[in-house]
Amino acid sequence: MIRALAYWLFRYRRTWQGTVVVSVANPLLFLLAIGAGLGSLVRGDVEGVSYLQFFAPGMLAAAAFQNAFIDAGFGVASARGRERVYQTAVATPLSPGEVMGGHLLFVALRVFVGALAFVVVMALFGLVSSAGTALALLLAATLTGVAPAAAVAAWAVTVTDFPRLNTVFRFVVMPMYLFSGTFFSVGQLPAALQTIMYALPLWHGADLCRSLALGTATPGMTLLHVAYLGVLGAVGVLIGRVTFRKVLHV
Amino acid sequence: MALIEAERLEKRYPGTDFTAVAGIGFQVERGEAFGFLGPNGAGKSSTMRMLACVSQPSGGSLRILGENPVTHGRALRARLGVVPQDDALDLQLTVRENLIVYGLYFGLSLKHMRAKSTELLEFAQLADKAGERVEHLSGGMRRRLTIARSLVNDPEILLLDEPTTGLDPQARHILWDRLFRLKSVGVTLILTTHYMDEAEQLCDRLVIMDKGLIADEGTPRELIDRHVTREVLELRFPPGEQEQAAEKLGGDVEILPDRLLCYADDGDAVLARATELGLRPLTALVRRATLEDVFLRLTGRSLTD
Repeated sequence: MIRALAYWLFRYRRTWQGTVVVSVANPLLFLLAIGAGLGSLVRGDVEGVSYLQFFAPGMLAAAAFQNAFIDAGFGVASARGRERVYQTAVATPLSPGEVMGGHLLFVALRVFVGALAFVVVMALFGLVSSAGTALALLLAATLTGVAPAAAVAAWAVTVTDFPRLNTVFRFVVMPMYLFSGTFFSVGQLPAALQTIMYALPLWHGADLCRSLALGTATPGMTLLHVAYLGVLGAVGVLIGRVTFRKVLHV
Repeated sequence: MALIEAERLEKRYPGTDFTAVAGIGFQVERGEAFGFLGPNGAGKSSTMRMLACVSQPSGGSLRILGENPVTHGRALRARLGVVPQDDALDLQLTVRENLIVYGLYFGLSLKHMRAKSTELLEFAQLADKAGERVEHLSGGMRRRLTIARSLVNDPEILLLDEPTTGLDPQARHILWDRLFRLKSVGVTLILTTHYMDEAEQLCDRLVIMDKGLIADEGTPRELIDRHVTREVLELRFPPGEQEQAAEKLGGDVEILPDRLLCYADDGDAVLARATELGLRPLTALVRRATLEDVFLRLTGRSLTD
């Protein structure tokens, strides 16, 4: 698995500076424009805090989720398709499972770096109360991205038709991004929609990050969120082992 | 013991009725260059994938280096070198980095790979390109790099899928030379091709595949002796006159879309007879029979694309 990760690190060597700039610029712009800018139009508090305080941790989770989808979805599909990275790797002693594991580790690293940049920017806005909170947010956001990434990779390796990824991005990822308690509380949605959002991964990630940032986390809810995301990740890996083998050892 | 032993080997793909390999048997001995010849869709690539231990046989038995590729795939792949048809190099990495990451896949150390990559780039005549991105390499250079990459683990068997397809003549000759060198140091070569001259140049022994089966097997010379005559007379006629001429001439004649092939041990004698019969071909050529004649006979002349 580490051997397969090494390949991605070699590639990353060429591009990491650029991605770090994007990772910092993105949250900076979002927090300025929506948190501070648009948020100034929000009268009073949201759940007892300013809009910026409410919005930032939700956005942290949503950004991790979106980055993970892009890396695990588009990244995996092109590694299998146009770039043929996987076909090259499975001609060596590496197994399809290791090829997947190496790529997922790389996705995790990228999500982690993105989350780190985001948390740093949040701290600059005075939104992180302590180093402990910063660390907890960092881990929570990474988990929010990595858990669904495994399932996304398990599916994306079977996709030969690239536009399908775009379709899923537009009609599955974007709605989750908008309605999972990122920009506003899920409590404002109609009851039926609320139930759906509670069942989806991003709400768990957003709520986990927000409760940690605002100091409202309870052991019960934190455990629920972490368990949900952990199980999702484990199931994704199990499915991925099957789909990667099917596609790469035909 | 043979290095590779296949018996009644089959490959069907799940979810399709298509049988890519329909029960083939062959053996490859250590140190030889063994070829799979056949038109597109004959089952060559499916066979190669099974030999590379990335595709499970659907039937029959296959043993590579004495092991079962299904249960020992990982250990076997560590002893094989694979040159895929489409190179599958990483265009974003440099020439040297392509070798290094591939070596890491085999569990070789970075330090070892730094030295090994220099040695391999010398061999592939790419030493001066080490720091260039693969994007900027020509097709022939890319193919040589792919061969260099396949050698990182000093493989006992090298599998080459259409090694010179798409290369210009100079690039092909450079490549053949490199493959001869590998063979001379004891590497067993297994290759697929649909270039007859390549098969004649490189292969000690070959099988001709068609529709998932082996049509025949032998050395290039044996196959020529078995299926065609010593010489071939090629005659070209104006369009529409071929069939008539063939009928008039009689004997062992094949009608191709653009010419007649007359198989004979003495081509000049047949040409003399044709002239006596009053036939006036546009061009006439007497040549030695080649593997291409065997190939056309065994796999039929119809287009299989």
